[in-house]
Amino acid sequence: MIEIGLGHYLTLGAVIFSIGVIGIFLNRKNIIVILMSIELILLAVNINLVSFSIYLGDLSGQVFTLFILTVAAAEAAIGLAIIVVYFRNSGTIRVEEIDKLKG
Amino acid sequence: MIAHAIFFYIFSIIAVISAIMVTVSKNTVHSVFFLILDFISISCLFIMIGAEFLGMIMLIVYVGAVAVLFLFVVMMLNVAQQKNQWFISKESSGHIPVGLIISVIIFFELIIVIGGWKYKPELLNPTNLLITKEVSNTHSLGLILYTDYIHVFQISGMILLIAMIGAIVLTFRQREGVKKQSYLKQISRERTEGVEVLEVASNKGVKIDD
Repeated sequence: MIEIGLGHYLTLGAVIFSIGVIGIFLNRKNIIVILMSIELILLAVNINLVSFSIYLGDLSGQVFTLFILTVAAAEAAIGLAIIVVYFRNSGTIRVEEIDKLKG
Repeated sequence: MIAHAIFFYIFSIIAVISAIMVTVSKNTVHSVFFLILDFISISCLFIMIGAEFLGMIMLIVYVGAVAVLFLFVVMMLNVAQQKNQWFISKESSGHIPVGLIISVIIFFELIIVIGGWKYKPELLNPTNLLITKEVSNTHSLGLILYTDYIHVFQISGMILLIAMIGAIVLTFRQREGVKKQSYLKQISRERTEGVEVLEVASNKGVKIDD
């Protein structure tokens, strides 16, 4: 309990990951919150990579965290641009009303 | 070691609670605030565990760029007003306490991190850190990032470039009826099409610009 080990960080990553997944599934409001949940999931992955990298003494984990950071930023930019275009065309971003593809 | 445990629990509890608040919060602006709090807590954890460079980069990229982008889009799309339209008057003042609480928590976290930095050898148990302590984290990361991982690094740069081009292309639109200056048109104007010499008859005047 007092000695903080690898397991504590992995548990934290797991909890945040599951919160992100739950956020995607339970969200009925708008699509921006879903994008934020995706960011949370990527953050949990980063926590896992960094803690493994520190506790195993291998720097590759931190390098890959950098790349995940890059991809997350690119994904946020593209996703938000798509949302802006969709809002401009259809006037809404509520999840229930986005049913153009009839999925 | 005890201090490390206490700080870990503080930061992780704040991170988990703010992650829950991101998903359940009724207002999208509040969700973005809690996302910022979450990122700051996790970057404090990274700094504590010994990955200082990544913690700082997380602050710069997530809090400085991504969260601001989210706030910008939320502001542009007017989602908050769209969602609960039945009490608009209360809406504008509702942001203030939440933003205040989050900023106070962030402040205390930063204070704790600065305090923890001072007692760093005591905080981190050097026996479970196999990474060499002679060079700093940033230095060693740079040593392998630009040699072993140079191709992946270049590819991530390409991804950023493509994302930038994609975002610009997606949101670009040609507006109608916007007056713009055309230098070519101005420079290529001849004297003959601008000036006309008229013979003015007496007592009749001349009609200009009909």
